Amino acid sequence: MHPELKEYEDKMPAKLLEELEEKCPASKLKRAAVKLYEEYCNSRIESGEAVGLVSAESIGEPGTQMTLDTFHFAGVHELNVTMGLPRLIEILDGRKEVSTPLMEVFLKNPYNKGKDLRELALQIKETLVGEVVAEYTTNIVDLQLEVHLKKDRVKELGLTSGAVGKSIEKAIKGIKLSNSGDTLEISMKNRDKHSLNELHKLKESIKEVYLQGIKGIKQALPVKRKEEFVIVTAGSNLKKILEMDFVDTERTTTNDIYEIAAVLGIEAARQAVIDEATKVMEMQGLDVDIRHLMLVADTMCVSGEVKGITRYGVVSEKASVLARASFETPIKHVINAALVGETDPLTSVVENVMLNQPVPIGTGLPGLISKEEPHGKKD
Amino acid sequence: MSEVYLNGKYLGQVEQGSQFTNRIREERRRAVMPGTTNVHYDEVLDAVYVESGNGRARRPLIIVKNGAPLFTDRHAKQLEKNEVSWNDLVEQGIIEYIDAAEEENCFVAYTPEELTPQHTHLEISPLAMLGITTSLVPFANFIQSARLAIGGKNQKQAIGLYTANYPQRMDMDVNILHYPQNPVVTTMTHELVGYEKHPHGQNAVIAIMCYKGYNMEDAIIVNQSSIQLGFGRSTYFRPAIAEELRYSGGLMDELGIPGKDVQGYKSERDYRHLEDDGIIYPEAKVKEEEVVIGKTSPPRFLSSMDEYSLASNVRRESSIALKHGEEGSVDFVLLTENEEGNKLVQVRIRDTRMPEIGDKFISRHGQKSVVGIIVPETDMPFTASGMTPDLIFSPHAIPSRMTVSHMLEFIGAKVGALAGRQIDATTFSAEPEEALRKELASLGFHETGTETMYNGITGERMQARIFIGNQYYLKLKHMVANRIQSRARGPVQLLTRQPTEGRAKEGGLRLGEMEKDTFVAHGASLLLKERFDSDKTIVPVCEQCGIIAIHDQIKEKRYCPICGDNVEVTDIEISYAFKLILDEFKSLGIYPKLILKTKY
Repeated sequence: MHPELKEYEDKMPAKLLEELEEKCPASKLKRAAVKLYEEYCNSRIESGEAVGLVSAESIGEPGTQMTLDTFHFAGVHELNVTMGLPRLIEILDGRKEVSTPLMEVFLKNPYNKGKDLRELALQIKETLVGEVVAEYTTNIVDLQLEVHLKKDRVKELGLTSGAVGKSIEKAIKGIKLSNSGDTLEISMKNRDKHSLNELHKLKESIKEVYLQGIKGIKQALPVKRKEEFVIVTAGSNLKKILEMDFVDTERTTTNDIYEIAAVLGIEAARQAVIDEATKVMEMQGLDVDIRHLMLVADTMCVSGEVKGITRYGVVSEKASVLARASFETPIKHVINAALVGETDPLTSVVENVMLNQPVPIGTGLPGLISKEEPHGKKD
Repeated sequence: MSEVYLNGKYLGQVEQGSQFTNRIREERRRAVMPGTTNVHYDEVLDAVYVESGNGRARRPLIIVKNGAPLFTDRHAKQLEKNEVSWNDLVEQGIIEYIDAAEEENCFVAYTPEELTPQHTHLEISPLAMLGITTSLVPFANFIQSARLAIGGKNQKQAIGLYTANYPQRMDMDVNILHYPQNPVVTTMTHELVGYEKHPHGQNAVIAIMCYKGYNMEDAIIVNQSSIQLGFGRSTYFRPAIAEELRYSGGLMDELGIPGKDVQGYKSERDYRHLEDDGIIYPEAKVKEEEVVIGKTSPPRFLSSMDEYSLASNVRRESSIALKHGEEGSVDFVLLTENEEGNKLVQVRIRDTRMPEIGDKFISRHGQKSVVGIIVPETDMPFTASGMTPDLIFSPHAIPSRMTVSHMLEFIGAKVGALAGRQIDATTFSAEPEEALRKELASLGFHETGTETMYNGITGERMQARIFIGNQYYLKLKHMVANRIQSRARGPVQLLTRQPTEGRAKEGGLRLGEMEKDTFVAHGASLLLKERFDSDKTIVPVCEQCGIIAIHDQIKEKRYCPICGDNVEVTDIEISYAFKLILDEFKSLGIYPKLILKTKY
């Protein structure tokens, strides 16, 4: 670091100083640093500022202008993603189930140039037996189910009819399976269960048998992004994807915030909340300062797990009974507070509005302390 | 095979759906099938839908055969001579009513000129596509459709002569325009609906220009002498109604001047207009809160306890008085009885309304405006002939709204006013603009409708020529006199001690949740507290148990209902609403303990 900037080392963020040093000629560095420090001090939030409320207003007001139900196609026509207000609500509510789970799988060097791209996509995608079956025929005389496989499809997946048969045998108990070419003949082991009805049930369950790929990935589409290829998937399974050796684990993401929290930890989840919310805002052409979204993400993640801005999430964490009661289901909160004998310290805004007391924000925050001088001491 | 549905219910099948449909139509035209039947063939579903039920909107069309309308000049002549009626034409199968579904199978021509052999129907007039109020808009084919709809809608709210027998009626909340005029620029619909018998507007001279900014954002400037000459003057009528109701136990209301012992007696001054029968005399000038009909009612609850008390036999005051903010003269007093034979009194109050700042006016083209300022005639801009306009309208209201018809009316009405005739501006068949312009030039005016004007204040000639012409203007029933409201202090609600809501109750304007948020966001903590001080109360609290204590003013003693006399009782300042919620907690069996400490 430049010696002129040494004194500011602890006063300003390192990134600002780096940028200054990079862009400013050395001769003007000292004067620029003074100005920068002044500017930095002015841009800091003053104590007593109602940051949370300003954030809420700054996100809420543009939210009223958002168009409802917009869908965005993730670069591919086949995949559409919930965007706009429904998605924003989903993120901020901290929903466990994402309405359209989606992953962006980045690949390591030889693969991201297009090597074995289709094969990798197939490998990721969850394949079920139903997809490789051409036809089912029911042998009524022997009460036997004949499953005719799609030859090319099986080969494409790098499998054999024997392997398919093994998967079925593994998944469904109590069946007898014999393999002849591309046809699997299946019958019930248990004689008592011999009926057409049972056979039909068997057929339905065979369709759902897992064959290969990663569970939860409904679709996997290779897409070109700028200079490299990525695989966009519908459905999400971060843990399993990151285990694949061709995946660039540093950049691969999902839009399922809970999954990120479980696999990568709470800090990653916080970043995911910010990224996803910013993405929605940008898509709508709304300009919301990132610091507002950061504050929201922070409140959602402070407790160490992702909590939505709902009465079950962040609001239930509020210290004040009255504040909680003023936000949905008041009776529940009042009664529970009465049961344990809670004390409300009246330290926040809503409670004080209810009591008609000055709110501890802005001008209501500082108190005046004076020391009473004993009489007669002065003279 | 096509499926056939009658009134939505499956009936059966026919060989050829389209043939079957055509046959039904033929039979209907020959009056074998009832004329109220409609049939629709859906080619995609291959289904025939026959409808004969009620609730379908239908419209008449002229039937076309081989490219020629069945309605001929012969019919027109017969109609003129009254030899045939409309119903005859329908029965003869010349005109038929088509519903929305059958329209899907039709090919309708707008004019006879565009008829081809493929056409099945001819529009009686293209005007028929518009409703009554919409077709009252002149030059309606020269306006953006959204504005046209607004123009039609607005005319329904205009003040005019809604009925000629209004002096004999007791309508609630009505207005009568004092000098209604027929529009110079009319449409065919004006004639059809007999508009001249109940006109709703006045022809005004309007200049399109700016005037010191008082007509920006849809405001207009009104010439004071125009108002004094009767422009936009109207009367507002409102009856006050009182009934002598009968109650159980032979008790009943009594009309008359309430005695001073009556519970809820107003001041003597408020009853001064009443005659001995308790009813006001005609032409009395009444102001707000003054009594129009004096009435007393029997006591509300007559429980056995009250019978012995002195207060029980006191009658209640239930007079009808003018509400807050109302005034006027008594127009008419009606004494009659209602269905049950009870005495019924109706008093109609009349109030003359001169246009004032904030009253709403419109032209017929969806151009609403509000009076921004009333200017003395001497200060209005004038033309070379010394004429001043009645209104000044802002030019900024025109480009984005694309109301071309608005300006065509200016030219049309100017010609009409100068030539002394009405101008036909029926949609699709109006007098052409060019002809109007030529006529305007021949009358000695500039054909563009512009004139040189002079500043009324300085007398300077204006550089630009001002577009000035006549226009039909309508005063709408929304008047400031009915809406104006303000409050500094006033009545509060009994339960919460917060200010009442609504104009009639002299209420306040609520500073709601989101408004509160803006105060917090600004950090204006103490200002916020002051805003919410409207229901603040001082409450004594027991320091020991934290329950609201009692301050006995007679004995000058403070004590706690639980802990008794020997405790510290401190006054605290809280909102009454909070005191209320503490009481509600107590009623739930929850003990709300207030822990007090010094603030500083």
